[in-house]
Amino acid sequence: MNAFWTLVGRDIRLAVREGGALGTALGFFLIVVAMMPLGLGPDLNLLSRIAPGILWIALLLAALLSLGRIFETDYEDGTLDVFATASLPLELVAAAKALAHWLTTGIPLALLAPVLGVLLNLDVKTYPVLMATMLVGTPAVSFLGAIGAALTVKARRGGLLLALIVLPLYVPTLIFGISVISASAGPSGVGSSFLILMAISLISIALGPLAAAAALRIQLQ
Amino acid sequence: MQTLTQKLANPTRFMQLSGTMLPWIAGAAAVIIAYGLYLVFAVSPPDYQQGETVKIMYIHVPSAWLAMMAYGLVAVSSFGLLVFRHPLADVSAKAAVPIGAAFTFLALFTGSLWGKPMWGTYWVWDARLTSVLILFFLYLGLMALRSSMDDESTAAKLTAVLALVGVAILPIIKFSVDWWNTLHQPSTGFTSTVDPSLRVPLLIMALGFTLLFFAMHLKAMRNEILRRRVKAMRVADIAHRDGMSALSNPVAG
Repeated sequence: MNAFWTLVGRDIRLAVREGGALGTALGFFLIVVAMMPLGLGPDLNLLSRIAPGILWIALLLAALLSLGRIFETDYEDGTLDVFATASLPLELVAAAKALAHWLTTGIPLALLAPVLGVLLNLDVKTYPVLMATMLVGTPAVSFLGAIGAALTVKARRGGLLLALIVLPLYVPTLIFGISVISASAGPSGVGSSFLILMAISLISIALGPLAAAAALRIQLQ
Repeated sequence: MQTLTQKLANPTRFMQLSGTMLPWIAGAAAVIIAYGLYLVFAVSPPDYQQGETVKIMYIHVPSAWLAMMAYGLVAVSSFGLLVFRHPLADVSAKAAVPIGAAFTFLALFTGSLWGKPMWGTYWVWDARLTSVLILFFLYLGLMALRSSMDDESTAAKLTAVLALVGVAILPIIKFSVDWWNTLHQPSTGFTSTVDPSLRVPLLIMALGFTLLFFAMHLKAMRNEILRRRVKAMRVADIAHRDGMSALSNPVAG
């Protein structure tokens, strides 16, 4: 388990110190959200109504762009081959790297979301719900994304392929992320949708590393 | 005593068996679909509400059924490849994906044509439509992933992993959109709530389409096996020629 946390720490340090990686995702998030009012017109009522959807989609796209980082550089410089022969199972390597991705991408993006909510005239009362759905939903984004990143680690034109593979897998997360927010305004509260969002994240955490490790093993032979 | 799947592990035997079966399956599909079309256009009455547009259903429902069955076949084949390393499993998965994608597209397209007169719009973001659209995207992802790799055996195994991930995620997608919004009528499951004058032609069309699918699938598998043989022969040929030139000019080698 020590090796697991060392690996998580290594990936976080790489993401923070390399610069670019974390900043680029946040910058992309910002610019996509800023483009929306330009495309839709500055109608504040319309913007506040669709703000949760815009923020969630922008978050998914920003996270998607950073997914390549999970395995690609380690594959290119041969670190992944070392991991494959190490005593730590490849499943845990994949889990550690997906966890590091969540800590360095999912959480910062979720924390930035309310700031961008201001740009979209989002109701202040929905800020806590929005952040809660993003914090609970983003593990699914990282762990399902790790499957796609592992599948395309060797592929030519990996970026677009990654999007084609991963975005369909994000559909349940997006739907329940949004449905929690719209349910919070209603009388019934957020209860069941929020639990299902959690369940999707937990399933992804359980399934993602297994599939990602299988995909890596096939390519590292 | 070998089981059938074990016997089929030999491609030559598969080629023999499928070669004998293919004309029969294709012929049966042609006859049954022709009879089904005769029933649809000459015998079955127009629906009292939908009028003649009900005829679209005879293509739409079998296509939708095959869209899902093909994915099931891809998933079973992928499992067979990853777990049992059956030599024909990948051939089967590779052959089924484009056919499944085509039927998924057909189901979406015919549904859209039917939706315009019935619902007043070509497309709604309804649970059923959305989940079938995502199934279509999954098919596209499988094809794109396979074509992105140079090494065929790596591509085959990676595609199999993605197909199995898709199986796990499909029910979640299905339920997630079910909770969302629904306009598409629930399946009648070919039960007696539909009048026999409409139900019998539909069952016959479904049977005909299923046979058509298997005929196309077998043909695609045979083509794939032949393609691999041609490729292997070309590689052997080039290796042979290079070997000869290396002998005559050892320094350049």
